[in-house]
Amino acid sequence: MRLNTFTLAIATLAALAISSSALAQKKYDTGATDKEIKIGGISPYSGPASAYGAIGKAISAYFAKINEEGGINGRKLNFISLDDGYNPAKTVEQARKLVEEDEVLFIFNTLGTPPNSAIHKYMNGKKTPHLFVATGATKWGDPKNFPWTMGWQPNYQSESKVFAGHIMETKPNAKIAILYQNDDYGKDYLKGFEDGLGDKAKTMIVSKISYEVTDPTIDSQMVSLKGTGADTFFNITTPKFAAQAIKKAAELGWKPTHYLNSVSASVGAVMIPAGVENGVGIFTASYLKDPTDPQFQKGKEWDDWLAWMKKYQPNGDIKDANNVYGYTAAQGLVQVLKQAGDNLTRENIMKQAASLDMTLPMLLPGVNVKTGPDDFFPIEREQLAKFDGKTWVLFGKVYGR
Amino acid sequence: MEAFLHQIFSGLANGIIYGSVALALVMIYQATHHINFAQGEMATFSTFIAWALIQAGWPYWGAFFFTVAVSFLGGLLVQRIVLRPIEKAPVLTNVIVFIGLLLIFNAMSGMLFDHTIKSFASPFPKDSVLASKYFSAHQLGSAGVLLVVLVGLFLFFKFTSVGLAMRAAAQNPDSAKLVGIRVSWMLGLGWGLAAAIGAVAGMMVAPIVFLDPNMMAGILLYGFAGALLGGIDNPLGAVIGGLVVGVLENLLGAYVIGTELKLTVALVLIVGTLTLRPDGLFGKKVVTRV
Amino acid sequence: MKPLDRKWVWFWSVLLLVGLLVLPFLVKNYRVFQFNLVLVYAIAILGLNILTGFNGQISLGHGAFYAFGAYTAAILMDKLGVPYWATLPAAFVVCFCFGFLVGFPALRLAGHYLALATFALALAVPQLLKYKGIEGMTGGVQGLVLTKPEPPFSFRFLDQPLSADRWLYFFSLAVAGLMFLLAWNLLRGRVGRALIAVRDHPIAATAMGINLPVFKSMTFGVSAGITGLAGALGAIVVAFVSPDSFTVNLSIFLLVGVVVGGLASIPGAIFGGIFIQFVPNIADEISKSAPAAIYGLLLIGFMYLLPMGVMGGVYKFWMRMRTKTAG
Repeated sequence: MRLNTFTLAIATLAALAISSSALAQKKYDTGATDKEIKIGGISPYSGPASAYGAIGKAISAYFAKINEEGGINGRKLNFISLDDGYNPAKTVEQARKLVEEDEVLFIFNTLGTPPNSAIHKYMNGKKTPHLFVATGATKWGDPKNFPWTMGWQPNYQSESKVFAGHIMETKPNAKIAILYQNDDYGKDYLKGFEDGLGDKAKTMIVSKISYEVTDPTIDSQMVSLKGTGADTFFNITTPKFAAQAIKKAAELGWKPTHYLNSVSASVGAVMIPAGVENGVGIFTASYLKDPTDPQFQKGKEWDDWLAWMKKYQPNGDIKDANNVYGYTAAQGLVQVLKQAGDNLTRENIMKQAASLDMTLPMLLPGVNVKTGPDDFFPIEREQLAKFDGKTWVLFGKVYGR
Repeated sequence: MEAFLHQIFSGLANGIIYGSVALALVMIYQATHHINFAQGEMATFSTFIAWALIQAGWPYWGAFFFTVAVSFLGGLLVQRIVLRPIEKAPVLTNVIVFIGLLLIFNAMSGMLFDHTIKSFASPFPKDSVLASKYFSAHQLGSAGVLLVVLVGLFLFFKFTSVGLAMRAAAQNPDSAKLVGIRVSWMLGLGWGLAAAIGAVAGMMVAPIVFLDPNMMAGILLYGFAGALLGGIDNPLGAVIGGLVVGVLENLLGAYVIGTELKLTVALVLIVGTLTLRPDGLFGKKVVTRV
Repeated sequence: MKPLDRKWVWFWSVLLLVGLLVLPFLVKNYRVFQFNLVLVYAIAILGLNILTGFNGQISLGHGAFYAFGAYTAAILMDKLGVPYWATLPAAFVVCFCFGFLVGFPALRLAGHYLALATFALALAVPQLLKYKGIEGMTGGVQGLVLTKPEPPFSFRFLDQPLSADRWLYFFSLAVAGLMFLLAWNLLRGRVGRALIAVRDHPIAATAMGINLPVFKSMTFGVSAGITGLAGALGAIVVAFVSPDSFTVNLSIFLLVGVVVGGLASIPGAIFGGIFIQFVPNIADEISKSAPAAIYGLLLIGFMYLLPMGVMGGVYKFWMRMRTKTAG
């Protein structure tokens, strides 16, 4: 047979078609179809941690925006978010419902260390991605033993180490007093801090006192801490107690070098209620842009974020950093799904989650999102900042990988 | 020594807060013989209303008294609408309804006013002559307000006919009805007064602990303890109970056992006290006829 | 009216039993997991009901005993390798002792004072569980992850395998059945009458020779033991314990279960278990922004409709049917 041009053209086209369709073969696991991707989420919409329910709501609102703009690769995002009231037994139930009954493709941004601990083994046993968990605990980046679980935010211990490092550099003979919340979050920060000081921890830390979330005030703890004569204070508290601590320290006339954990470093939610004049000189580390900090309230990233809030969460609180957190996490996930393309198997989702290298608009300049097969910590960088009465002034280098 | 004094005074300051809440609880108890678990959340909700008014530009005392009035009405309405249908039902059924109210008020606070903490104004000037190293002007002012409320209640119950009617209705509803007292309305009045006191307590507390939907959760428990330690039927006892709880909480945490086992020690203390004096420190012994 | 024919009682009972046995194979594993939780809560509520319903002592702290039972089971399984079924009697004994000890001071406290003391217990327990000193045993704030027991044999029925969840279902059903039988036996005899006598007329009861202090403490102990056993079973079913699983909310929910099911009613405990397991899920579906408010509304509505709980309503209905046909 003579191979004329026409036949050659047809053959080439056919070959191309076959090979590209093999490349563009759609592969789905449960939860993914041509039209939609089912995503599961578990948040504390009720109970003691219900303030963090705002994150789940922000994520839903961001997915609504994506869906209105056409979805990802033509598929709408179906986000099924359930309430666990911060009760780990309930988290187990909801995770099972999402995986076994709602048949989601994967679970995203579940909040809290105990709730996530409760479903850690289950998710890996079911080989279902347990992505971007909303806690700073250090144990989520363990691809060897738990290949289906991945963290998201800078873990607490690495943040403490940044503070410890700064103290060693600037004030090696400091006498340190610590106030910490008596739960996994507080204890994780504490451990990182003590590890960061190494052998000197015993001599430098003169006092560490805890409080419970059910305590009405921490006045008594602050009085005790001041009484130790410490000149440096590491404040591991959530927003309400952080504000109380800052205010009380000022009332007591105690002016230590004050390090505040990033969880409570919001201008609008903590510094202003505590009294901005009381907060001057406080150090913190952050990775997200504080929506109440005037230096970030301009530029395209801000305009985009504000427009999204106004349209998709008109009743949302613009001062609430949880909205920035949810917005950023959702954007991270969208990138993973975009990279996955038409190959929506659970294995590929994990693979793409472990191949990220990008920045996101509401992250601090210099902070990026990077993962690899051995690196399941997407965000690791933070930068120190000092409060000047109006805003957090960034300084120094960007820590972390 | 200075630190020790500081702990005591800050304990007293906390105790004033617990005492105010205890007073509201005693108020409801005296009127209805029930303990209202929703008291704290109602107080928080009232405080949010006051905050919203102040944000809208109202002067402090205007917002204050308006909120107290609205809370009084609110408490009355809650009793008339929600609680009247189950007046005859067993105690525990009422308790479950209180729990339901607690959940509803708490959720409404969160939904309407969100979870970011808010600072609440204090009417007492920061640089007052009365302020000292140990007591801020606000804490002294709150103590004063509490005293006024306490005296007012005492006079009301002892010397007015309405107060007498309320006590009668609570202690012996059947006999009270025979004498012509409208028992049901007395219950409503009791709820209204308790809600009003709760609102005052909330507005005194908020400047110190900051306002958010879960503001009263921890405080309610200590108020409850204070009320019972002092005797559930004794307003003055309740306030003293609150002060005792406040000081003990601080001293225990700072000097005895550290903050990590504070609650357990508090538990042991409460049980111990009640074992020795089962009707509370100042409560009246209720003797039943066989 | 003709008393219920014994034939019919047997018939319906057998039908119910067959239904319960077949049920786990008709639904997915996740539902079976939920049923297991219902059974666990029913046992816990049964324990509380003996104290509160039958004996009139209000406890706002039974979550504490549930927690102690759960941790007993967890520590035995995780640190000492004890087989899961052996942890149940251990939990009962441990919690019985705790309950008995709590019962002593509780004797002198009436009504609201007892409620306060038990409430303080419920609040103290999570902090206690986090205590540094016993962290090695309890896992501290992180809790303990347990392994779910595998079924000892395997078969298929209606094309569904005997999974771990289904095996636990039968196990829990047997345990629940046993506890209910024991309770029923206990309560319909002298002990039951004594319990109710002490609740309604304590002075007369003493005059009749009931040793009040010992009796009340024993009641507390048995009640705590049963709830503790439920806690152990719960730990096995969920395969995880942490201090955050046992907050005050648990104690309050158990009390809700008792009242909703019906005070002083044994079968009521099942309805209580169903309520506290499923109604929060219903509330969650109705409203995402304030599920707790919906739950509160449902609670209040339920109390209006059935102030004496489900069994109270059933009893009233039954009485009305009898009087109707009697006329």
